[in-house]
Amino acid sequence: MDILVIQILNSIFYACILFLIAAGLSLIYGVMRIVNLAHGSLYALGAYVSAWAIGTFAVGAPLWVLLLLLPLGAIAVAAVGALIEPALLRPLYRRPEEYQLLITFALLLILEDAMHFLFGGVPLTAGGVIDSMGTIRVMNLRYPVYNLVVIVIGVMAAVFLWAVIYRTRFGVILRATSQNMRMASALGLNVKWVYVQAFALGCFMAGLGGAVVVPAQAAVLGMGVEALILAFVVVVIGGLGSLEGALIGALIVSFVRTAGIQFFPEIELAVLYLIAALVLLIKPTGLFGRA
Amino acid sequence: METNSARTGPSARLIVACAIPILIVLLALPRFIDVYQTQLFTYGLIYAIAALGFNLLLGYTGLLSFGHSAYFGLGAYSAAFLVKYFGIGSIEIYILVGLLLTGLVSAAFGYVCVRHTRIFFGILTLALSQVLWTLAYKFFWVTGGTDGLRVAFANLTLLGGLIEFKGRNAYQLFAQYYYYYVLFVFCVCTVLMWVIVHSPFGKALQAIRDNETRARFLGIPIRRYRWIAFLLSGSFTGLAGILWVPLNGLVTPDILYWPFSGEIVFMTVLGGFRTFTGPIIGAVVFNYLKVYAVASTAYWQFMLGAVLVVLVLALPTGIVGTFSRLFDRIRKRG
Amino acid sequence: MHLLETINLKKYFGDTRAVDSVSLTVAEREFVSLVGPNGAGKTSLINVISALLPSDSGKILFRGDDITHATIVERVKAGIARSFQIVNLFDDLTAFDNVTLTIFSRQGKTTNLVSLAHLDQAVSAEADTVLSNFNLANKRNERARDLSQGERKLLDVALAYALKPKLLFLDEPTSGVSTRDKGQIMDTVASVVRGEGITAVIVEHDMDVVFKYSDRIVVMQQGAILAQGTPDEIKNNDQVAMVLLGSSGPDAFTRKD
Repeated sequence: MDILVIQILNSIFYACILFLIAAGLSLIYGVMRIVNLAHGSLYALGAYVSAWAIGTFAVGAPLWVLLLLLPLGAIAVAAVGALIEPALLRPLYRRPEEYQLLITFALLLILEDAMHFLFGGVPLTAGGVIDSMGTIRVMNLRYPVYNLVVIVIGVMAAVFLWAVIYRTRFGVILRATSQNMRMASALGLNVKWVYVQAFALGCFMAGLGGAVVVPAQAAVLGMGVEALILAFVVVVIGGLGSLEGALIGALIVSFVRTAGIQFFPEIELAVLYLIAALVLLIKPTGLFGRA
Repeated sequence: METNSARTGPSARLIVACAIPILIVLLALPRFIDVYQTQLFTYGLIYAIAALGFNLLLGYTGLLSFGHSAYFGLGAYSAAFLVKYFGIGSIEIYILVGLLLTGLVSAAFGYVCVRHTRIFFGILTLALSQVLWTLAYKFFWVTGGTDGLRVAFANLTLLGGLIEFKGRNAYQLFAQYYYYYVLFVFCVCTVLMWVIVHSPFGKALQAIRDNETRARFLGIPIRRYRWIAFLLSGSFTGLAGILWVPLNGLVTPDILYWPFSGEIVFMTVLGGFRTFTGPIIGAVVFNYLKVYAVASTAYWQFMLGAVLVVLVLALPTGIVGTFSRLFDRIRKRG
Repeated sequence: MHLLETINLKKYFGDTRAVDSVSLTVAEREFVSLVGPNGAGKTSLINVISALLPSDSGKILFRGDDITHATIVERVKAGIARSFQIVNLFDDLTAFDNVTLTIFSRQGKTTNLVSLAHLDQAVSAEADTVLSNFNLANKRNERARDLSQGERKLLDVALAYALKPKLLFLDEPTSGVSTRDKGQIMDTVASVVRGEGITAVIVEHDMDVVFKYSDRIVVMQQGAILAQGTPDEIKNNDQVAMVLLGSSGPDAFTRKD
């Protein structure tokens, strides 16, 4: 019973991370119709930057300093995104989508090695955050407080994104652009600027995912490539371009994974990919996507 | 008529006139380069077969697969299984069994994937290829996991046992004979693919690529044709995987992981996917590029990524596309 | 038995009745024109009969067989071909390859993947005949995307024709084409169609063209058939004149004379 509660908490924790990554991926696809293969690497970059900042400037620092430094990864990744969009993606919007996919693949190769170069081959952690936050009792077991904080951050991020997209002027512009880029441009919206913002926001989400995961899991090379595929599974199940879909998809994936590791560890990932393939076959727009 | 026919059907004379000198050079090549270079070039030819198969989908049918690592890896693993579990050393049996297996799997995967086009097709091929990757990765007691499976050249035989590699100089002999073996298969594949893309079926694929609705209104059942193209494409790439194993000596799950699919796409675009020879040139060049990048820097992925960025932004028609346009311009001026 | 018969065919887009209970018959070797103001449902009717759009209800009979639920490919195989109002070609193939592909498909040869397309002399010869029938012989080796609008329009019709259909739908074959080309296209189409005994249903706005070539004219309005008859009957139908030309009255058709 105690184990079950812990497993459920772990699943929700993991779902929050996945949601942050997948929501960014989905947002970028929804607005710009680009499937960003480098999205996982941007998540890894967020993890590295946060871990590096904490490891470099704040060894032994009080908790509030650590928490202040943690979002640095997300901000850095958003800044990188704001540079990538005009430099690499903008020249390609009129080209076939193969080229857009390829340039993000190129970006993935570049980012993977850039991280290798900047942060070295050894894993970076920010375990200090978890340690200084301590644990609480859950039934008869102890559970890190930090994981609960991440769950709260995940829920807040979902609410925040929902509010931005459905309750602000920027959201209206975003949705208008995603539905009809030409029309939005004809109506006098600055589509270029909307794209920069949307891409940077999507990157920010990925970076935030990396920043909040790094106290619990070390930043390692290759984590982005792995995360991307899981994020794909999430958005395919939920529907590319759908925020609700990313949320439900992240929950489904992380619960299936937790159950999988417990009961069918060999085919845990294969089952996820098969679920994604099945959803694509039966309902290609995903559970929440619109055609 | 002679100049006109360049677009509708290349004249046989021109092709033969180009192909024969190239073939002579390729046949003489091992006399002038060392064992290492011979093997390097063999890798290039093998990747060329894979890219040729891949491009039947991308260039001729208009479907971008991001999961061709599956068929390459499947071919490679099927040969490795034959070695490990049946002690078989004959490359012909690898090819027979491996082609059957990759054919079956690409028929099954293709049946599912061709229900979609564009990005959904890409994601579906990716997801299915990753199923194979996790199976190879997780079922380590069958596949050797990340340690992989060994396929030693010393046990390999060519031409149904006629050629073996034992005793002194075995390695050099293997490099030479295997080069010629791969060259032969490569030539067969190239001719076969050339015929396919210039056949009525190949024209129908190009029609589907250009305009799927109109193709239907000409009575072409497009999903079935895409499926056949997928099956052929997967089988060519699988054959490349089979040939790759004895040369590489080892197969690991990396060959099934999706970044390798990305490399196949990379090769094809590097050469130019709107031309027949593009994938061949692209694969050979990519192989050198990667080998030298890996040898000269720890950050070879960065280099490849940078090359890809330049390619996509500045030379979208690839090496062959760019050169043929330059050639056209010079000819018009001259 | 009619070649084509539709029974109470319906296609609605929300509240818009694109095709509203249309019961139309077309006899063998007839040349029928569909006319009517923009949005009358002419193209929608063709789209439903050719299976580009599914019908909401009603039946389509072709040579007595119910084809209401047949796919596009099945209808093509049965002998229904069409051209498109907005040109629909294989842009990266040459004009010649556009036509040869059509012939290969008609002959069931597109499943052949081990022979070279350009070595099939019979198909090449037929393709060249088709191209010269449509005055495209000198554009043989141009890619479809490089042709002029009028040439593209002709090639679009030529593809439908090269299928040797029993029933040919032509959706505005002369729209967007200069007046000089218009006459040429229609003369070409009419002579080819009449010469081979093909049944044709054509959507056309140019009433001169309609009156000159049609055996029968079907007037549509708001998705339904308003009137039908020979060119003379239609010319003398006041109600039709009102619909087609607003309020300008019965003299409207003869104004140019």
